[in-house]
Amino acid sequence: MNEALIAETISITGHNGDEVEAYLARPLGKDSFGGVVVIHHMPGYDGGTKEIARKFAAHGYAALMPNLYHRDAPGASPDDAAAAARAKGGVPDERLVGDVRGAAEYLRAMDGANGKVGVIGYCSGGRQSFLAACSLPLDAAVDCYGAFVVGTPPEGMPLKVGPIAHLAPSLSCPLLGLFGAEDQYPSPEQVDELDKILIEAGKEHEFHSYAGAGHAFFSVDRPAYRVEAANDGWQKIWDFYGRYLAG
Amino acid sequence: MCTYLTEKIEVSGSGKGSAGWFTLTDATVYLDHPVHAPAEHTLNIDFLNPANGPSARVAVELTAESAKALVQAIEATLESAPPGLV
Repeated sequence: MNEALIAETISITGHNGDEVEAYLARPLGKDSFGGVVVIHHMPGYDGGTKEIARKFAAHGYAALMPNLYHRDAPGASPDDAAAAARAKGGVPDERLVGDVRGAAEYLRAMDGANGKVGVIGYCSGGRQSFLAACSLPLDAAVDCYGAFVVGTPPEGMPLKVGPIAHLAPSLSCPLLGLFGAEDQYPSPEQVDELDKILIEAGKEHEFHSYAGAGHAFFSVDRPAYRVEAANDGWQKIWDFYGRYLAG
Repeated sequence: MCTYLTEKIEVSGSGKGSAGWFTLTDATVYLDHPVHAPAEHTLNIDFLNPANGPSARVAVELTAESAKALVQAIEATLESAPPGLV
């Protein structure tokens, strides 16, 4: 692995044919690579998540992250865009699926693409990763502490999202779930419930919950960062994508 | 965790953002992960004018203790104002 990469802002065709801003990081000097659609966390299309996209490229994958808030706040800074999207109730599920579909198609059409595409999402993106993997043909999905795959959102919550565990029979690919044992959204009980639903549906999956870690333990620039959980979580991701996307 | 809980109110006044002063029409108050403050959760307030776009925003992220102290300071200031001013 030489870790050479290039990263740039591009435009992709997303839901409804909309042109959507996206961040692409891809490896250099590699004849064949898999692709990863990166779904950013609720705080938006920010520097921390772009760093994650570059990390995938350094490990030999083409990573493409659509700006899910592009329509809500074109050209705005990530935190202003996240505030605007939050006030509007978040990203509609249908729009999310359309944007991930567009990103996956872009990755499959790249020179050097091996045709395999996975998805990974953090926070609200964890739920969206599960949603995408139940709605689109994908090769591997990672859910990092996504809330409301199971469980009903609390009263008064402005986000217009609901539980989607009933989609489990449509899951198109193996699922890796990485959770914090101290998290409340999703709670350990909700993680167990999803585990049972996937077992009953006969879907290949592996879940890991980290003691001493809560929500957002991968975020290196936030106090929620937990180095041991994050390091082990990354290793689980490399092993998982190595099995289903590499080559 | 992401609490997602948000209180929204209409406000009248002005705020100073990255492009200078602008008229405020709305404010949102929520408890969630901060973007910048060194705490896992903060009480966040956005002063907004959505008609002027998402960048028309003055944002603060306060610890719960700071937010409570701010509420007390605001109430104390308004209560001590001379009659007829507020």
